[in-house]
Amino acid sequence: MNSKKKEPLIHITKRKALTWKQEWLVRLAGILIALILCAVITTFTTHLNPFGVYAAMFKGSFGSPRKIWVLGKELAILLMVSVALAPAFRMKFWNLGAEGQVTVGTLATAACMILLGDKIPNGVLILIMLIAAIVAGALWAFIPALFKAKWNTNETLFTLMMNYVATQLTAYYIIKWESPKGSGNVGIINAHTEAGWLPTLAGQKYFLITIVAAIVTVVMFIYLKYSKHGYELTVVGESQQTARYVGIKVDRVIIRTLLLSGAICGLTGWLLVAGSDHTITTSLAGGRGFLGVMVAWLAHFNPIAMVLSGLLLVFMSRGAGEISTTYGLNPSYGDILTGIILFFVIASEFFINYQLHFRSSKGKEE
Amino acid sequence: MQNNPIAAVSMRNITKTFGSVVANNNVSLDFYRGEILSLLGENGSGKTTLMNMLSGIYYPDAGEIMIDGQPVQISSPKDAYDYGIGMIHQHFKLVDVFTAAENIILGIKPEKGKKMDLADASRRIREICDLYGFDVDPNQKIYNMSVSQKQTVEIVKVLYRGADILILDEPTAVLTPQETDKLFAVLRNMKADGKAAVIITHKLHEVEAISDRVAVLRKGEFIGELITSETNAQEMTNMMVGHEVSLNIERPEPKDAHPRIEVKGLTVRSNDGVLRLDDVSFTANTGEILGIAGISGCGQKELLEAIAGLQAVEKGEINYIEDDGSREPLIGKDPLEIAAMGVSLSFVPEDRLGMGLVASMDLTDNMMLRSFRQGRSLFTDRKSPKKLAEKVVEELDVSTPGVDTPVRRLSGGNVQKVLVGREIASAPTVLLTAYVVRGLDINSSYTIYDLINRQKERGVAVVFVGEDLDVLLELCDRILVLCGGRVSGIVDGRTADKREVGLLMTSLQGGGDKDE
Repeated sequence: MNSKKKEPLIHITKRKALTWKQEWLVRLAGILIALILCAVITTFTTHLNPFGVYAAMFKGSFGSPRKIWVLGKELAILLMVSVALAPAFRMKFWNLGAEGQVTVGTLATAACMILLGDKIPNGVLILIMLIAAIVAGALWAFIPALFKAKWNTNETLFTLMMNYVATQLTAYYIIKWESPKGSGNVGIINAHTEAGWLPTLAGQKYFLITIVAAIVTVVMFIYLKYSKHGYELTVVGESQQTARYVGIKVDRVIIRTLLLSGAICGLTGWLLVAGSDHTITTSLAGGRGFLGVMVAWLAHFNPIAMVLSGLLLVFMSRGAGEISTTYGLNPSYGDILTGIILFFVIASEFFINYQLHFRSSKGKEE
Repeated sequence: MQNNPIAAVSMRNITKTFGSVVANNNVSLDFYRGEILSLLGENGSGKTTLMNMLSGIYYPDAGEIMIDGQPVQISSPKDAYDYGIGMIHQHFKLVDVFTAAENIILGIKPEKGKKMDLADASRRIREICDLYGFDVDPNQKIYNMSVSQKQTVEIVKVLYRGADILILDEPTAVLTPQETDKLFAVLRNMKADGKAAVIITHKLHEVEAISDRVAVLRKGEFIGELITSETNAQEMTNMMVGHEVSLNIERPEPKDAHPRIEVKGLTVRSNDGVLRLDDVSFTANTGEILGIAGISGCGQKELLEAIAGLQAVEKGEINYIEDDGSREPLIGKDPLEIAAMGVSLSFVPEDRLGMGLVASMDLTDNMMLRSFRQGRSLFTDRKSPKKLAEKVVEELDVSTPGVDTPVRRLSGGNVQKVLVGREIASAPTVLLTAYVVRGLDINSSYTIYDLINRQKERGVAVVFVGEDLDVLLELCDRILVLCGGRVSGIVDGRTADKREVGLLMTSLQGGGDKDE
């Protein structure tokens, strides 16, 4: 037998539960270390003053009232998608189809604007657009949910595939509605009459979007935490066996929850077309269906915490845009910084739950 | 031990903590070659943790381990094998679709330049089997094996890897008395061969039957050790619990028994068409405990789930008989519809955290599982479940930091108290329980027996699926024995003897666990 084996260099043990404050301290420390690392990398690779770069990023997000409103709108839209995913993810239904669900929402909204614009009163039109978008988003989520509930198909693949169908469907209609003919895109819909455009509230184009997102987020938080539905879907997510045991109709809960998830995505599509872009392209959702997955996970599916994780991501992407224009850096440079910061944020979750013991320091600790 | 003064394994001042929980505190334990040591302790007393540090699954925070007098560091299961330590875990770690031989050599690197040789492995497995009296076919697939055969494969697996220090974590929990005797015979052979063995068990009569020495842990601390031949069950229990405990299970006479649940010709197939219950008929009476005995997997689960409305039934009847004698069929109704009929049926399922409770939810939220629908509000009412949780914690003496602790953080016994507490809180008329004391220590087990007896005295019809025949024979008024999905007999709990029930459990063709 070899007794030469040494004590392992590092061993990992589970930590005592940290207080709420300590957890945030760990996260803050993580972000701080990430910023230092980013600064070092910036200095070495670009020879720029890292503080200047950080200042530019901050300016890109908060530099002017307009920039703050754009940041608010970007956050609102991303938050809507993340919040839409929350109930599905709580139920451990991995809805990767938010991208497609938002896209069909934009398609339905645009269809109403194009086909019904100026034919009916504007208020009625906006309402019809809203209903059409919600129904379209819900339908896009209902199909995989039904298959999951009845035949236990894999929802991850199914929802992912539905994204492509949504994109292709949108591409077809864009060609059908293209204006001017041959341009390959739709252009601004109802540019002169502004029929179906969401009103500008309080003098701000994006005010309505921000308010809707805030309401949806708070309502979802209450729905998940205090409602019977929220309780049921959490039980289904934890154990379908337990759910059946207490008489919860699992298939019904799956379908109901995904209808809700898809409906909010559809609503997001409505906000995008009617409230912000006033046009339709195949990429209006812009990857938020996937970015939202990250926001939701970072926030442990808590809608209120998603405001913070969403803000971090939106801030980074707005800031990255700014530094690429100010310093002429490749836009991917911002992605590198975002990647480093996210890495540290995720790593801090590990340090919240575990601690490391090193060989030499062990004697002193005990 | 007298003729071998150096301990095979010597653990010195071992401490292991998980967050704020101290699993082992300054524990020192020695054991020797040629002896069998029983490790006794209540749930959560740190027995398995202590042994996991020998098998390389955990690494101690402090303390020293010596093997044959040499200090060693065991930081992985591979290290443990290198030192000749093999552990047979409570939950088997086998690949179902592989044969016994494939499972046994799984993970062993062939020597350099050699290919994996299954035939040679099979031959060596047969040698080990002949040496100790095992009965294993190296070419049989795991999914075709009974629980006791799987366990044998686990033991052969560690012997094949050259283990001469064996640790068995509750090996008898899943065995019939006959299978336990066989296992013990094998263990005695290994002891004679100079191997060291540690056995963790809650069953004191087994401790007396097999071990030379007993070491007792309580709340993570080493309490003391005893020579088995010089002690008795009462002394061991007192040491384990820390105070005097009565080891008698009450059995009040049934009062005013009348039929409550009537099962006629019940036949159930699993999803893949395997016959699980075959023409089962019986009656459960009010104020009576009906025991269900049988090797695990003989249809007990399906039987209870069929009554509770969770299992599709192929043929037969299940009727609920009201006090006035009218019959209401239960088949085809789900748990909600059964409750809507006004039948208060409580069910403590075998899989506590996977079915009876939600592991990540706290006590309050788990209390709500049965009652959250009450009221017309869209929102859940957490006040009354919280009161219920506090009541259960107090009355059943659940040890928990609070009612907002997730149940998965509680130890097995406390989890079970929470589940049983919730199920009897609804004042049931029928109480179904499956392996309600599995893995529980003596103190918790007796608390549960007591609770069940109180329900019986209230006039509840109790169906008690159990595995420990001694308990079934002490607690139940009647015992129904299942064998391969059929009723092989219904005996009187007061007059039946253990051998008779043990034989009924295996009397029909084909064991319970075989799927084909």
